[in-house]
Amino acid sequence: MIEGMTALYIFMLAAVAGYEIIGRVPVILHTPLMSGSNFVHGIVLVGAMVAMGHAHTTLELVVGFIGVALAAGNAVGGYVVTERMLEMFKSSKGSN
Amino acid sequence: MHNIIQISYFIAAFLFIFGLKRMSSPLTARDGIIWAGVGMLVASLITFFEPGMENYLLMTTAIFVGGVAAFWSGKKVAMTDMPQMIALYNGMGGGAAGAIAAVELLKGDFHSQTFLTLAVLGALIGSISFSGSMVAFAKLQGLIRRPMRFPGQQLFNIAVFLVAAGFGAVLVIQGEFTGSIILIFFAAALAYGMFMALPIGGADMPVVISLFNALTGLAVAFEGFVLNNAAMIIAGTVVGSAGTLLTQLMARAMNRSIGNVLFSSFGASGGAEESVEGSMKPIDAVDAGVMMAFAERVIIIPGYGMAVAQAQHKIFELMEMLLARGVDVKFAIHPVAGRMPGHMNVLLAEANVPYDRLYDLDEINAAFLQTDVALVIGANDVVNPSARTNPDSPIYGMPILNADQAKNVIVIKRGQGKGFSGVENALFFGDNTRMLYGDGQAMVGELIEAVKEF
Repeated sequence: MIEGMTALYIFMLAAVAGYEIIGRVPVILHTPLMSGSNFVHGIVLVGAMVAMGHAHTTLELVVGFIGVALAAGNAVGGYVVTERMLEMFKSSKGSN
Repeated sequence: MHNIIQISYFIAAFLFIFGLKRMSSPLTARDGIIWAGVGMLVASLITFFEPGMENYLLMTTAIFVGGVAAFWSGKKVAMTDMPQMIALYNGMGGGAAGAIAAVELLKGDFHSQTFLTLAVLGALIGSISFSGSMVAFAKLQGLIRRPMRFPGQQLFNIAVFLVAAGFGAVLVIQGEFTGSIILIFFAAALAYGMFMALPIGGADMPVVISLFNALTGLAVAFEGFVLNNAAMIIAGTVVGSAGTLLTQLMARAMNRSIGNVLFSSFGASGGAEESVEGSMKPIDAVDAGVMMAFAERVIIIPGYGMAVAQAQHKIFELMEMLLARGVDVKFAIHPVAGRMPGHMNVLLAEANVPYDRLYDLDEINAAFLQTDVALVIGANDVVNPSARTNPDSPIYGMPILNADQAKNVIVIKRGQGKGFSGVENALFFGDNTRMLYGDGQAMVGELIEAVKEF
């Protein structure tokens, strides 16, 4: 169980990590990074699966189903869009 | 098995951070998303082995339905429409966080008050992000045409938020709940997200989407605490803080605070309508082409209009042609040109324009004074000198590209309409400005022909 102070420490360190990653990013990467971080919170899929896997009543199951479908959309769509955007960066390499 | 699952989540969390780090530099950006993708695959596959789970068939169906729909839409969408797709997928993530909380609330067995509080907070934030992102998507997609505003809107929004927060507090304090309280809570949270996004103008949407992105991250982290899932906590928190910083950077690029974007809107003050002296002077493509062919220095300023007209490949041709004649060609990229920071860079890169020809606002603004021709294609508000000179203008104070300081300005424009902010552009009326009316792609094609002839 992650609880109490441990949870707070994880929260703080992860927040610092996120802040540092974005710290010195050139403007051209703002959109791809937004898209990339949009993909990363697609990890919500894992939670949605766990919630649905433990659902018992029909209502829980229906809400869980919606959650999993939405989360899968977040993860897959986020990946596809980010990948397509970053693909553009390959052609720039030749010169520099 | 328990240990294998936990280690897999740990690896996934590491790969997310590593991937994002790679994505923050142009040299390594491409493999960054692949690393993060591997992390996602590991985490979601191992979740099938979580103990005590049921409903596998339906679960797989749900993943299939959501995944295929998103895959198909993500592959099919045009590069110009990327921003609204990010809004859409982000909203889905927020909705998923809300759904997790709803299932947990319906089950109703929380280990402690803290977990219950976090579940409700995550549900509140996730629901707001969901409906807000959907409105943002609808606006950028053109489904909602204009900002919706009415008197007393801010007070109304605060009231809706208080209803959502109030019922959330009731859930936490009571500790046991009926379906109707849960229902009202979610309905109010969803309504607030919608009303929050409705009055915001299209030009500000990137900042808002980025904010919702950060909020979804936070909601995911909170639900991660509830489900005791380290991967969700870490990934969600990283996105929450990275997204917050990204939102600030974007707002700063437009010289506005986040509060200003959210709670006041372009043109909301009314009566700011300015009249500009002078007239717009047309030019034809041949004259414009000659002017560029015999120039020493040319700066091209692309905007959203170039993206819509799909003119970036023609622009590349024009650049090649001019370079072959010994003309120095540079591109000036405004931080918010297009619909998102970096949008123009991506489109021009797609058309093979090398990166070292693209210049930021700060790098190039001094160069306009020595420039013979500034070619504005599909950009409007980002070259409006009123932002520099007219304190009454709604866009006053926004950093702009000083195209008006070039010796000659050629503006390719479809018609005489106004920009996204609805503000008249003084640049178009300048003595050194000539308007080249027509479709971006067709006009650049004619410019190429003209340059070829001479």
